[in-house]
Amino acid sequence: MSTTAGRASADRLARLLNLVPYLLARPGIAVSEAAADLGVTERQLREDLELLWVCGLPGYGPGDLIDMAFDGDRVTITYDAGIDRPLRLTPDEALALVVALRMLAEMPGVGGRDAVERALAKIENAAGDLAGAPVAVRLPGDDARLAEIRAAVERGRALRLTYYTAARDETTERVVDPMRVLMVAGRGYLEAWCRRVEAVRLFRVDRIDAFTELAEPAAPPAAARPHDVSAGVFRPTDDLPLVTVRLGRSSRWVTEYYPCEEVRRGAGDDWVATLRVADLGWAQRFLLSLGPDVTVLGPPELVDRIRAQAAMALDAYATPAG
Amino acid sequence: MGVSRIRTERLVNLVICLLSTRRFLTAAQIAATVPGYEHDPDDPKDHEAFQRKFERDKAELRELGVPLETGTASVFDSEPGYRIAHREYALPDIPLKPDEAAAVGIAARLWQHAGLAAAASSGLAKLRAAGVDVDPSATLGVEPVVTVDPAFAPLTAAARERRAVTFQYRTPEGDEPVARHLEPWGVVCWQGRWYVVGHDRDRGATRCFRLSRMVGAVKATGRPGAFTPPEQVDLISHVAHYSGPVPTVGRATVVVAPGRAAGLRRWATETLPGPDGDRLVLPYGDVERLAGTLVGYGADVTALDPPELRDAVIQALKEVVARYDTRADTPAEVAS
Repeated sequence: MSTTAGRASADRLARLLNLVPYLLARPGIAVSEAAADLGVTERQLREDLELLWVCGLPGYGPGDLIDMAFDGDRVTITYDAGIDRPLRLTPDEALALVVALRMLAEMPGVGGRDAVERALAKIENAAGDLAGAPVAVRLPGDDARLAEIRAAVERGRALRLTYYTAARDETTERVVDPMRVLMVAGRGYLEAWCRRVEAVRLFRVDRIDAFTELAEPAAPPAAARPHDVSAGVFRPTDDLPLVTVRLGRSSRWVTEYYPCEEVRRGAGDDWVATLRVADLGWAQRFLLSLGPDVTVLGPPELVDRIRAQAAMALDAYATPAG
Repeated sequence: MGVSRIRTERLVNLVICLLSTRRFLTAAQIAATVPGYEHDPDDPKDHEAFQRKFERDKAELRELGVPLETGTASVFDSEPGYRIAHREYALPDIPLKPDEAAAVGIAARLWQHAGLAAAASSGLAKLRAAGVDVDPSATLGVEPVVTVDPAFAPLTAAARERRAVTFQYRTPEGDEPVARHLEPWGVVCWQGRWYVVGHDRDRGATRCFRLSRMVGAVKATGRPGAFTPPEQVDLISHVAHYSGPVPTVGRATVVVAPGRAAGLRRWATETLPGPDGDRLVLPYGDVERLAGTLVGYGADVTALDPPELRDAVIQALKEVVARYDTRADTPAEVAS
């Protein structure tokens, strides 16, 4: 079924086949409660019930049709016509649940890992053959710091952080009001209102060198909104400086790890990439660290800084040190 | 009453009818029983319309995962019949405790990818239908944000069906994407990135590929069950073998300017203040890599020891300086 109407009808059929066992397991549930739980409107749920009411076993007489009793707003299935269980999981459903649980089980710092592992075993068991989902998950090993941060955030206090900012290569002290702890692309982050910069910031947990819990409660301002990190943590904005670099073959990996505005062929084996950077000082350290295989083409200020730094550093080795 | 409602009603009745029968029912028997299939079998046009309708309905049930069995009621019957075995249809009992059910609820919200998110939530709906109550407000204290590449779905499907795949693969080192042929054993999430591991038919060896480097669609080729992955294959170890962490092998000594190079200071195992700056001891795994990091700090850092580190830094700096001195030959690259 590729059409939207076809999709909607398949979705409705799936919902109806679930609805009978769902109600069977919850005799006397309020229609409003069931609708909220199932994520449909009350009106939609009533239409589904009306449809089921005329379905049943061959013969389709009074004793053959699905039957239900209403008591005010409450509904009880009195005859299920044989659809007493939900349909088994499809391969895609089993995969989505099993892999997500494996992710959670691997997640460092997660509370209730034991429950996750027990749930995984039971879902794998129920999925039978499908549980051999050909997907394995390994995240960075157990992270004690992440677990400490999570526990501190759960206690709901403001935190004083000693934090290393790679963009400016500096370690600073700041007080933050934690909002949540998240894990993106295998890394832990604390999202918090930073009182120093008066904005919501994502702090990489492996760069929090120390922290203390304050007596005062965490109180992010009402206007503080979490970032949308579904497309990655660093999403360059147009106001950031644009850097152009020439990458030799062995440095082309840079285009894979950093979001580039443009990548094109240069002379010979070179690629020419343009990317936005949060800070020119960071760009200087990063691009210089890649050595002679990478040449900065712009902006001129960055070219001059790198050229001057490299020359000064080399001079220091000319005079015998320590 | 809309067309889609009539159709949905017919399909629900078809499921109930086939679940209730132990004998295989032929299309004609189903047509005579289930409301919505009424037609005149002697009118070729009418009969053909019924057959089309019935085929479409069977396809929809199969797509939903309904295990429609085909067989004949007895050895004397030649016409195929249909039934649904309740044992095959029904989700087995899953006795989840409240904390386990909460974990499944959290897991189902993990996916950002639309297709997997839909599969996870329809799977969760079945668990609820089986009587499991899921606390929608439960959290584990850490919110995982999981993204997958578009190649995830076709590769996991192919691995499950044991079908070979082909895809265009672009590495940063290569110039053009290259067609690769793989028997996929499984997909691995290693440190936040997705890989597929399998037998590379072009190289005749085990290889892993990064999903983010696949260009365009992954195509399954050939029949299902075309290969058997090795027994007890450890997918993770194949990926970790290629991108595992480097163990610490040595300790370097460097001098950093006062108040500079915070990134090196937090990594130092010893810090000794001196007249020209602070002397740091840095554990390292790979000399070239550490040399690169030190070069990045420019004049703020001087490598003292070991000698091969110092030499590597000096060599890199010399080449960088030389590179910028000869750079004037290609000014055209800055424009455009």
